[in-house]
Amino acid sequence: MSYILETRDLTYVYGAGTPFERTALDHVNIGIERGEILGVIGHTGSGKSTLIQHFNGLLKPTSGQVLLDGKPIWNEKGKCARETRFRVGLVFQYPEYQLFEETIAKDIAFGPRNMGLPEEETAARVQHAMAVVGLAPELAEKSPFALSGGQKRRVAIAGVLAMRPDVLVLDEPTAGLDPCGRDEILGYVREYHRQTGATVLLVMHSMEDVARVADRMLVMNHAQVMLTGTPREVFAHAAEITAAGLDVPEITKVFMELRRRGVPVDPSVYTVPQALDAIRALKGGKPC
Amino acid sequence: MLKDITIGQFFPGESPVHRIDPRVKIVLVIAMIVTLFLGAGPVSYGLFILFLLMVVHISKIPLKMVVRGLKPILFIVIFTAILNLFYTPGDTYIFEWGFLHISTAGVKTAILMVLRIMLLIVGTSMLTYTTSPIQLTDGLESLLSPLKKLHAPVHELSMMMSIALRFIPTLIEETDKIMAAQKARGADFESGNIVQRAKALVPILVPLFISAFRRADELATAMECRLYRGDVGRTRMRQLKVTRVDYAASAVCAAVFGAVIALGRFGL
Repeated sequence: MSYILETRDLTYVYGAGTPFERTALDHVNIGIERGEILGVIGHTGSGKSTLIQHFNGLLKPTSGQVLLDGKPIWNEKGKCARETRFRVGLVFQYPEYQLFEETIAKDIAFGPRNMGLPEEETAARVQHAMAVVGLAPELAEKSPFALSGGQKRRVAIAGVLAMRPDVLVLDEPTAGLDPCGRDEILGYVREYHRQTGATVLLVMHSMEDVARVADRMLVMNHAQVMLTGTPREVFAHAAEITAAGLDVPEITKVFMELRRRGVPVDPSVYTVPQALDAIRALKGGKPC
Repeated sequence: MLKDITIGQFFPGESPVHRIDPRVKIVLVIAMIVTLFLGAGPVSYGLFILFLLMVVHISKIPLKMVVRGLKPILFIVIFTAILNLFYTPGDTYIFEWGFLHISTAGVKTAILMVLRIMLLIVGTSMLTYTTSPIQLTDGLESLLSPLKKLHAPVHELSMMMSIALRFIPTLIEETDKIMAAQKARGADFESGNIVQRAKALVPILVPLFISAFRRADELATAMECRLYRGDVGRTRMRQLKVTRVDYAASAVCAAVFGAVIALGRFGL
């Protein structure tokens, strides 16, 4: 099966030719499968934010290519089709700071209007996007600035969902939210994924959250891809991840320590139910 | 793109030029500007250029950076040159065509004016290149402090200036972020006529203003939490002190500026 998004030797250098030159991406080769939820992790400055801005053509690669549906998004003339922005929806960090319209409905409609959709279609999409992120319909005519921080973020995410992107990319969508708000946002993202079958990319700090939602994970370190695979495959390298300055889920840490003390358990465990299974297996299938 | 502006930028360093007390530096720059307009001929300006090159060399600011700082005023320089070239009356004309004529005096004034503007920019930008904005406002406040006797709000003005300078890079970064976010939603800033382009700025300006107000509010709270209450009874972390570097710099400047003015008097 072909990848929906693919990068080939993607390299990006900030401030090329100045004393402040810095390589943010160094020959990155990744393939994103249609319909998957991919978690992207890496510590600050590992290049993950730079990477996602290449997916919709906001940044132009210094060298290498980004392919959407197998076609390069930058043509020979060095232009990027505007359509790419609509097919790959990008939600930035703290998206609530980009709200500007008088009413919530108008703000969410900004994307669809830029796509040139007819009014009825726009209205339908706004309604649907609001429903997906759990905003009551009567809020539509309210000012987005009258909302709480968490609600503002939902409006901002709805603004991107309304464009119905095939690939939804979210940069730290849960930053600065309480655990409850965090679960809600992740719930809406899953709901969009379930309803539309879109591919979802989640860039996150919290390993625990990513591991819970993602089908596959991508670990970035020093401008390069360090690891890819299912959460289990990735956490089997827990020691390397910790060495790269990233955190692993608490339960994985417990299992790493158990192994260090000579208990023959599988260290790739990252949720409590998995931990239970692992301990049962160790005790020969007897309940603990 | 917005990050490429270099004029008025500060380049941190440890050179003697960086270490000169900001008050002394400001006074010396004012003296330099006065001197610049009292010079007259190739000898005095040659000496002046030599002096500036020496300052640039000691400060370890790359010459390329200094030259790049001249780019924004290129238009003014060319405009001045053309005006002076064609509109200065003189006895001997070296070029005449219809109503256009260039006199030898015109050539001389044009060169002189262009030189003056460029040296003015280079000289004053050496002040901003080697002095941090905080030091600059501290120096300015200290120099203007006699006006406090007349109840002029000197401290408040300099605090406003420091805060404004401090937030320029922050707001530029913020603008870049907001632009990227709106572009991701399909906003188009590059095409359309002037009205459409102006309208396209609304999605940037509204969030930018809101964030500027939010930052101002947070800053005010933070300042109040630290019991900021203006000038009265306030001590400083960085005391301004005149040291040997300052005496040396003043002596060198006095000698050079004196020589330039003297040479200028003789029309050299």
